[in-house]
Amino acid sequence: MRDLRLAVRAGGGFGLGLAFFLIVTVMVPFSVGPESDLLARIAPGVLWLGALLSCLLSLDRLLALDWEDGSLDLLATAPLPLEAVVSIKALAHWITTGLPLVLAAPVLGVLLNLPLEGFKWVVISLLLGTPALSVIGTFGAALTVGLKRGGLLLSLLVMPLYVPTLIFGAEAARRGAMGMVVETPLLMLAGISAGVIALMPFASAAVLRINLR
Amino acid sequence: MSLNVSDLSIARGGLPVLERISFELKPGQALILRGPNGIGKTTLLRSIAGLQPPLGGVVSGGEDQIAYAAHSDGLKSALTVTENLQFWARVFGTHNIEPALQAYNLTTLRDRPAGALSAGQKRRLGLSRMMVTGRPIWVMDEPTVSLDQASVALFAQVVRTHLEAGGSALIATHIDLGLDARVLDVGPYKAAPLDIDDFDGGFL
Repeated sequence: MRDLRLAVRAGGGFGLGLAFFLIVTVMVPFSVGPESDLLARIAPGVLWLGALLSCLLSLDRLLALDWEDGSLDLLATAPLPLEAVVSIKALAHWITTGLPLVLAAPVLGVLLNLPLEGFKWVVISLLLGTPALSVIGTFGAALTVGLKRGGLLLSLLVMPLYVPTLIFGAEAARRGAMGMVVETPLLMLAGISAGVIALMPFASAAVLRINLR
Repeated sequence: MSLNVSDLSIARGGLPVLERISFELKPGQALILRGPNGIGKTTLLRSIAGLQPPLGGVVSGGEDQIAYAAHSDGLKSALTVTENLQFWARVFGTHNIEPALQAYNLTTLRDRPAGALSAGQKRRLGLSRMMVTGRPIWVMDEPTVSLDQASVALFAQVVRTHLEAGGSALIATHIDLGLDARVLDVGPYKAAPLDIDDFDGGFL
């Protein structure tokens, strides 16, 4: 469980995801043009897409560092089950990447002219959805860990798995911003998160075992 | 608890490299693994450590008893010597890292980040990890690489103490450690028929 602290400190580079998030959301108003109505309408979706891409950006370092310095081999022979190791890795990734994104989202929402009632729902939907992004991402990282420059493959593999999270997350945020009922997409989002948190570690550990051979 | 290896056959990258390896390692014993490069020593050790499934044969008695040291030390360069060692001690559920630091002469380096250590110092830190695992069977892959003579002597002394305390060690090395140990020479793989009943098994 103390792996967390190590992962946080040795992980580093989580500023990158945050900076990327900032860049995406700052650039969108410039590229869309000065139409505040249009911006307000697309703001939840842009925030969600930005968060997802920033998440993706930091994934390939998740297990690759441990692979390179050999600690993954040593962890695999330690009494800690690999399922626990990947869960902790995902948790550490969420704390260093997901959580800062959630906290930054309302600030960046101002730049996108996000309607006032939308702030709450953007934060809630991101809070519910980003753990799923981290856990699914860990699975992708475990799949590609042995590969040189597996980043490209990792993005391609993880992207389709991210789609349901994105659809329901952005939909919940959009409905919230429009003042509509958010329950259904929010529940679906929570369901996805709960499901992947429960099941994905087993899949990640299994592919990691194969990759370590 | 003794480690039993019987009829172990292993493959690297899908090609069989060693076959029908059998030995027994009792508490207090050490076994030196010797053989030319590429013969499959590392693969053999990885199979024994349970990282890799063998082609055939059985490894028994090693469950949760083996501490494995690979070529790389698994150090985090951002963390200090103490933090690195403390991490592994916690993973293995032990707490006292002082004997390990002292045995490998690392006490003066304890607050140095691992990234600022020399190759030999890193190796010593990597080897000291074995002491904090608290496990009786040490499986080590070329532990003396990049160590100077004094450190090799230090290492040999640690292994000797470990054996006297009832532990055992399986070491792949090319140099003479001066240990009272049996030597297992692994010869080149001879083209012999492999009896793999399960066709798919050959690819796993």
